[in-house]
Amino acid sequence: MKRRDFVYLTGMGAAATMLPIPIVGNPIAPERALEAIDPAMKKRMADVALNAGRSKGATYVDVRIGRYLNQFVVTREDKVQNIVNTESFGLGVRVIANGGWGFAATDKLDTDSVAKAAEAAVAIAKENSRLLSKPVQLAPQKGHGEVSWKAPIVKNAFEVPIKEKVDLLLGVNAAAMKEGANYITSLLFLVNEQKYFASTDGSYIDQDIHRIWPAFFITKIDATTGKFETRNSLSAPMGMGYEYLDVRPEDKIKSVTTLYKGRYDMLEDAKAGGRQAGEKIAAKSVEAGKYDLILDPSHLWLTIHESVGHPTELDRVLGYEANFAGTSFLTLDKWQSKKFNFGNNLVNLVADKTQVGSLGAVGYDDEGVRCGKWDLIKDGILVNYQTIRDQAHILGLDASQGCCYADNWSSVQFQRMPNVSLQPGKEKKSVDDLIKGVEKGIYIIGDGSFSIDQQRYNFQFGGQLFYEIKNGQIAGMLKDVAYQSNTQEFWNACGGMADESDYRLGGAFGDGKGQPPQSNAVSHGSSTTRFNGVNVINTARKIG
Amino acid sequence: MALLTKDEAFALMKKVLSYSKADECEVNLNGNENGNIRYAINSVSTSGKTFQSTLVVASAYGKKLGIATINEFDDASLEKVVRRSEELAQLAPENPEYVSFLGPQKYAEPKMFIQSTAAITPKQRADMVEQSLAVAKAGNAIAAGFLEDSMGFAAMMNSKGLQAYSTSTNVNFSVTVRTQDGKGSGYAIRGYNDVSKLDTKSATQIATDKAVKSSTAKAIEPGKYTVILEPAAAAVLLENIFFSMDARQADEGRSFLSKPGGATRLGEKMVDERVNIYSDPHNADLPTSTWNGDGRPQERVSWIEKGVIKNLTYSRYWAEKKGVKAVPGPDAAIMEGGTKSLEELIAGTKKGILVTKLWYIRQVDPQSLLLTGLTRDGTFYIENGKIQYPIKNFRFNESPIIMLNNLEELGKAERTVSTESNVNYLVPPMKIRDFTFSSLSDAV
Repeated sequence: MKRRDFVYLTGMGAAATMLPIPIVGNPIAPERALEAIDPAMKKRMADVALNAGRSKGATYVDVRIGRYLNQFVVTREDKVQNIVNTESFGLGVRVIANGGWGFAATDKLDTDSVAKAAEAAVAIAKENSRLLSKPVQLAPQKGHGEVSWKAPIVKNAFEVPIKEKVDLLLGVNAAAMKEGANYITSLLFLVNEQKYFASTDGSYIDQDIHRIWPAFFITKIDATTGKFETRNSLSAPMGMGYEYLDVRPEDKIKSVTTLYKGRYDMLEDAKAGGRQAGEKIAAKSVEAGKYDLILDPSHLWLTIHESVGHPTELDRVLGYEANFAGTSFLTLDKWQSKKFNFGNNLVNLVADKTQVGSLGAVGYDDEGVRCGKWDLIKDGILVNYQTIRDQAHILGLDASQGCCYADNWSSVQFQRMPNVSLQPGKEKKSVDDLIKGVEKGIYIIGDGSFSIDQQRYNFQFGGQLFYEIKNGQIAGMLKDVAYQSNTQEFWNACGGMADESDYRLGGAFGDGKGQPPQSNAVSHGSSTTRFNGVNVINTARKIG
Repeated sequence: MALLTKDEAFALMKKVLSYSKADECEVNLNGNENGNIRYAINSVSTSGKTFQSTLVVASAYGKKLGIATINEFDDASLEKVVRRSEELAQLAPENPEYVSFLGPQKYAEPKMFIQSTAAITPKQRADMVEQSLAVAKAGNAIAAGFLEDSMGFAAMMNSKGLQAYSTSTNVNFSVTVRTQDGKGSGYAIRGYNDVSKLDTKSATQIATDKAVKSSTAKAIEPGKYTVILEPAAAAVLLENIFFSMDARQADEGRSFLSKPGGATRLGEKMVDERVNIYSDPHNADLPTSTWNGDGRPQERVSWIEKGVIKNLTYSRYWAEKKGVKAVPGPDAAIMEGGTKSLEELIAGTKKGILVTKLWYIRQVDPQSLLLTGLTRDGTFYIENGKIQYPIKNFRFNESPIIMLNNLEELGKAERTVSTESNVNYLVPPMKIRDFTFSSLSDAV
């Protein structure tokens, strides 16, 4: 979906540019989201595609029947702007014929259309096989038979009445306005992926995945100068049900502002946001230079995502993304050397597709591989990548790591990022302990503007809240802050992290990659972490 | 669903409207076929074809709106989708910003459909990729590319008598060529409605030449430089202006077009007087739809004329509130250029940097439209009118408004595709002074 279609759908104008969300699907009635589709029907259609593909000469066939449900509730100030329920339902079939991949998809789930799609996929594979340099080599995968997996949610968000959601958001808006916000857009974005996978290996896998993202965007304007500042919510998109919004005191972390762990108090954050947007207007503009940074997990997730998650994608390393997302500086020789210092020895980064409540958690990936957990960076050294079935042999692995994903039935599955997280410190250490040790620094909370080069060396990140640290004390708010660094330098400048009690997840609802572009939801966990001597720039400019 | 003719689409939508019991009813009907082929490391990787069609029904009771959709087109399904949208409307909260559907409109005939593109076969796609691969292999380089074509129709009709129909085709092609040692990289991108205009061979030759010439780049200090932005590099900066022309944001005080006290910069000169930007659905090189998703006609609109902000985009609600014409956002934009070629711009440059492509563009500050991102796939140092040597990539921090104030010269406009949004534009190469590069990148 193009950006302007999204603007049209929500009617949010420029606010939409803050939301890199693809919307796939057609509007439906809310109650329709609660209707289930019989797995026996899905198995029947899958078998039609598997048989049609094989009969046309495919040596391997997999089928994904997907039902993708979304609900958006969008409000601004005292108005409901949009309530949209969408559904996208169809079938995608992928084959190997003459040694190459072919793919076709259809939204018509009758026998003829499904068989025709399988035949089209085989025809494409055969036509393109003359352009192959070598045939596809799939890592072995035993069939799982008929199995299912469901995300362990407590409360299905699609069962919560619309009125309850509208009341929550309008309450959030009123709270922010009372604290001085001029404008606020707030939204709930709910996702349910009902995915069925079948392959000629003998797997028939039925999965039910839920995601939730409550968010708001506040603007505060200084009437005299015309200057404005924004403050976005400190929520994380999660692989959870509506229970994410059930507030529990034990999930709050008291800092310069309240931070949230596993549960989110949207109303409390909106009050703080309304106030802080005003404080940002009055804040001191940062003096450019070197600072020690204390990065909160609500911010650090995005730096992990861009500087660790993407360069350890094996398809990028090999050159499959060269024409769009780019390649990677983490070339195979660095991995083979077993001594490439990605970071210093405090840095341990783990890939995990099983983490409860995370966006990337599933039972099986989109080529029928059971999901797991593995080290990417161990004591600072690059030790592994992210792979799928046709890449595993390159690393000498006898099985895929289960990183295959397609964002829709109509998209072909390919290598996508699992949850990638920074392990917390082993010694007992609080955020206050970290701040106390800093002479000249900045404490950054929430994610902002982000950009990184196509091999993942040079990056620049903004944030939501910036606090100056002077001689171990918080000395007030700063604005116009962004930091620039180089991935390897940055992770080697890691100056320690808080312990496990501070560990939290952040995440992306719509990470883009591939051509045509596809979106992936992924979480990144960490505890608050210090980085020494990072270059900070001042972003204030005048346009006359 | 096959491509429906205008008569077939209108007959189907009339049937849908005949089931309506709401105060107002509006129907949108779309059908699309998309084909693509992707290659990397000099070999095809993925390829596919998708077929999708959608019927969207919007029903309104007073200011309560309900929307439902279906992709089955028998009579029972059509009636079901109408009933469902009506039930949803009855349940919906009243939207104070709801505006009644438009009545009949007059639209010019759109010219976006080319039969040769609609008729592309898997063999033709593979042939075009084969030609691209042959060029890269001949240059002892490694190609990765993407070819994507689409054809489809869009139609709408409502209970107030509005009727619209259009067909379109498009093909986009992009290719990145890298040297075997990974030290050089080049890029080219093309977009057309007519596939017969697409020459994958010549585009790949340009990318291959850039890859070879950009190998073993030198590092020079970041700072302010004169740059020549090729059209693909300029487009990704300019489109941040096009996406930020919303009148409501400007009126509310939260846009680069806002002034203190609620006023806007509409009518003010904000950039160099040689800057003229407009949209025109009838442009022969960049035809776009003559109507938008809510039925408003798309006409020729001047956005920036002689450096002055001439128009802002409006939702129908905001235009009604402000008592002005509800000008919709355009599907594409055109910036007038000069007569010089890129080579002539380089020849007239004493010291500067040639930028092939900019990457990972993000807004840093909405107030100044400050953007950040990096150069990529071919960055060269120019001295005394000649490309002297390749240079390492830079991160930039710059606003397109500041950039258009620092305009030195414009070349001849050409059709290009945004590598960020995939939107097609007509944009000239441009020479800009004092463009701000803030740090170096090791990326190739």
